Amino acid sequence: MTATQTALDRVTRVPGVRGALVVAAADGLVVADQLMDGVDGQAAAALAGSLVGRLARTAESAGLRPPAFIQLRGASGSVLAAPGPDDLVLVAVVGPEANLGLARLEMIGAAGRLA
Amino acid sequence: MKALEPWVAAPLETFLAESAARLALIMTSSGQVVAQHGFGRSLDVMTAAALGAGIVASTEELARLMGAARFEALVHNGQRQSCLLAGFTTPRGRWIGLVVFGPETSVGLVRLFFDQMVGQLAVAAPREPATAPPLAEHFETELNASLKALFGR
Repeated sequence: MTATQTALDRVTRVPGVRGALVVAAADGLVVADQLMDGVDGQAAAALAGSLVGRLARTAESAGLRPPAFIQLRGASGSVLAAPGPDDLVLVAVVGPEANLGLARLEMIGAAGRLA
Repeated sequence: MKALEPWVAAPLETFLAESAARLALIMTSSGQVVAQHGFGRSLDVMTAAALGAGIVASTEELARLMGAARFEALVHNGQRQSCLLAGFTTPRGRWIGLVVFGPETSVGLVRLFFDQMVGQLAVAAPREPATAPPLAEHFETELNASLKALFGR
């Protein structure tokens, strides 16, 4: 199993996670995904890739280090993103009932092993 | 942004705002310009439309030879700017979009909002059939009229 598949497996095993993707941040394109029906991977990849890139530039402009984990919370769930090496980003789409603490731990650990 | 077909304007405006594309050209599969944004000279539009239509025709023939139905889109990635060329079906026939974008956006975002624009165009297209395509002997007159409408001169 590749590092990418291992990362996706770790994240999608967390309760409440509806799908996970590995995204090329600069392009906003899907590298690999494991998604439930109804989750638009193309949209999640494009928007999450753009968000991570902009937040990293914002942090850099403010003299801060780039974010290691991002949570975008909405009314019916959250989008989580953890930047990894080689401009890859691990993204998860989670429902409101998800265990966010566990998802965060798994994503940061898995994102570090992407490549 | 200038559009020869008024119903194209709103979806194209939305696409431009969301995608942060620098240049956009919507044309028919024969290279007739329907709308444009960002081009300063009519000569550039004519050249881009002719080249874009030619590339799409070539890739569609290549896809046919390879046994594929059709290539969805062609992306040229550049250092300073990139280009997306994609054919799509509308109630008015097969059209082509040519989009030039820079590093301030991404190919994923451009593709995402381009696909949304295609859906909006399908909804916005008038139900009455399009007028017949111009005959060959009227083509230059039609082309000049289109460019005059797009550039106002």
